[in-house]
Amino acid sequence: MKLKIKSQQDWWAGLMFIGFGLFFIVFSLGTPDFINNIVGTKLIGGYQMGSSVRMGPAYFPAVLGGMLAVLGLLVLLDSVVEDGPKVAKFHFRPLLFIAVSSLAFAYLLKPLGLVLASIALVFISAFGGHEFKWKEVAIMSVVLVIFSVLVFVKALSLPFPICPAFIDICPIR
Amino acid sequence: MEGIFSNLAIGFIEVFKLQAITLGGMTMTLPFNILMCLIGVLLGTLIGVLPGIGPVATIAMLLPVTFNLAPIAALIMLAGIYYGAQYGGSTTAILINLPGESSSVVTCLDGYQMARQGRAGPALATAAIASFFAGCVSTLVVALFAPPLAEVALKFGPAEYTSLMVLGLVAAVVLASGSLIKAIAMVVLGLLLGLVGTDVNSGVLRFAFGISEMADGIGFVTVAMGMFGICEIIANLEQKEKREVFTSKVGSLMPTKEDFKRMIAPILRGTVLGSALGILPGGGALLASFGAYTLEKKVSKNSHQFGKGAIEGVAAPEAANNAGAQTSFIPLLTLGIPSNAVMALMIGAMMIQGIAPGPQVMTERPQLFWGMIASMWVGNLMLVILNLPLIGMWIKLLTVPYRILYPSILLFMAIGVFSISNQPFDCFLMACFGLLGYVCVKLGCEPAPLILGFILGPLMEENLRRAMLLSRGDPWVFISPSKPISMGFVIAAVLLLVIVALPALRKKREEVFVEET
Repeated sequence: MKLKIKSQQDWWAGLMFIGFGLFFIVFSLGTPDFINNIVGTKLIGGYQMGSSVRMGPAYFPAVLGGMLAVLGLLVLLDSVVEDGPKVAKFHFRPLLFIAVSSLAFAYLLKPLGLVLASIALVFISAFGGHEFKWKEVAIMSVVLVIFSVLVFVKALSLPFPICPAFIDICPIR
Repeated sequence: MEGIFSNLAIGFIEVFKLQAITLGGMTMTLPFNILMCLIGVLLGTLIGVLPGIGPVATIAMLLPVTFNLAPIAALIMLAGIYYGAQYGGSTTAILINLPGESSSVVTCLDGYQMARQGRAGPALATAAIASFFAGCVSTLVVALFAPPLAEVALKFGPAEYTSLMVLGLVAAVVLASGSLIKAIAMVVLGLLLGLVGTDVNSGVLRFAFGISEMADGIGFVTVAMGMFGICEIIANLEQKEKREVFTSKVGSLMPTKEDFKRMIAPILRGTVLGSALGILPGGGALLASFGAYTLEKKVSKNSHQFGKGAIEGVAAPEAANNAGAQTSFIPLLTLGIPSNAVMALMIGAMMIQGIAPGPQVMTERPQLFWGMIASMWVGNLMLVILNLPLIGMWIKLLTVPYRILYPSILLFMAIGVFSISNQPFDCFLMACFGLLGYVCVKLGCEPAPLILGFILGPLMEENLRRAMLLSRGDPWVFISPSKPISMGFVIAAVLLLVIVALPALRKKREEVFVEET
């Protein structure tokens, strides 16, 4: 008998939950012995289980992980029984540009300062949209830079560098 | 009753208090709390008007900024954002048939029709009047019901708290839309993610993978911004932008005499229903507005007009969503249990300020508690006074295209998250949770239950551990007759699950029968 996946959404959701559940079980209890024997060393240590009176750090996450895996299994079973929607198309363009732009901001902020990091974020994220107009994005980044320097650094005194670290004297004070 | 008034007096004094504030090196004496309330409601209206950004993302964005504020000022502002968003959402719903806020989905139905008939003005005014009335009444409800409830809650032990949290989470899941199992799974995943970091009892570092930034756990703000903020932006960018503002003249705002007559009863019913639904765990503005619209359609004499521009269809849900938004503060303020994602963020805000949410807040910090309640009333008044004249400005804002909006939102989110610990790692985590949120949405899993679980995870583990220690490891302690309150919570949770599971079962059976015959 061939199993037919009737609900793509539930199938993948079920797998995701089972994955997360197993992940938390394994990391709280440690890898099982048969895997340790194959590898030759204890792969993942795990935490103390404790008893139901004195619960160790592994107790609650292991129980919850088990619950999550069981729930995932139920969702998975449901997906071959009941019809459901397909997984809607993933749009990788906005996903990629939004993620990269926030990472760029985060890792550029300390070396390059708030001004350049903000400009980087605005430009990269703008590429994720449907249309990209150079002039518009440029104006927007100038406005946003002025706003965030005034509000976040001056008024709220967040400890952000404004200028790049390699410039000795910052023109903006 | 007298106690209430003296308590409210404490609150109003706190709200209008003059404070010396140092801002950017200058010290000024200002009624700071009222100012923060104003900023909160204006900001709330703004994001309420703009589709594509909601109160959850906004409050998450502002949480790091509230580090520097006094607790009361921070909470007043954040609360203002939530109920201000309910006001703003209706404007968008009426003028462009798009819910500016998820809770104004039903306002679109009749509000937009009214606008098309050239009665946008009265529709907007009705929404404002209904919201204001409901806001005033529900503020009183909070003032009346919160103290006795907190008194009961003070007697709760760890067993009661554990059961209460289970009930709260179950109720939140049950009342949410979509698949029940998947929602429960999201709660459990949230609980698990909440456990990352140092275990309070043993000091063991859990699920940190040697990353030093994870020792304190995953920041709540980081998760909320990723799952809601980033995810929302990506989802919005998927669709081609098509936003047509109903720019025809709003016209006279004044509703006619006939309108007034027709809106009184729906406003009253909406307020009562909204207040009741707001208190329930999992309730809040969204559920309240849907409930009120359905009820009104059933009982109204003019039910044939619904969907064609019935003023009742605007008045009732608008009253209900504002009432629900405010009464959902009751479980937060008295029990320390969030009933929806916004309340979870409010708990986060309290924790940032070093306040443990729970029944003791009212007795230990009466200024904070009553100040917040008084601020809700003041905030509602400001909203109704400011918003009707400002409608023109809000309409202009609607013409701002999303491609200008989202880089700004993203920048503020990145700055906010970065400032939590001044490390780039938090932004990295935010991006990861954005990805997780996006995947979850694609797989039909709601992110809101995960947030609730995330905030309750550590609390639940601690209470569970204590309860088990006190009962010497007896798991039946939660339903033992010696703990009737805890037993009641557990029974209620089970009942809720059964009730919700039943119709699904029935439906499935029906489908089977249909296939057989």
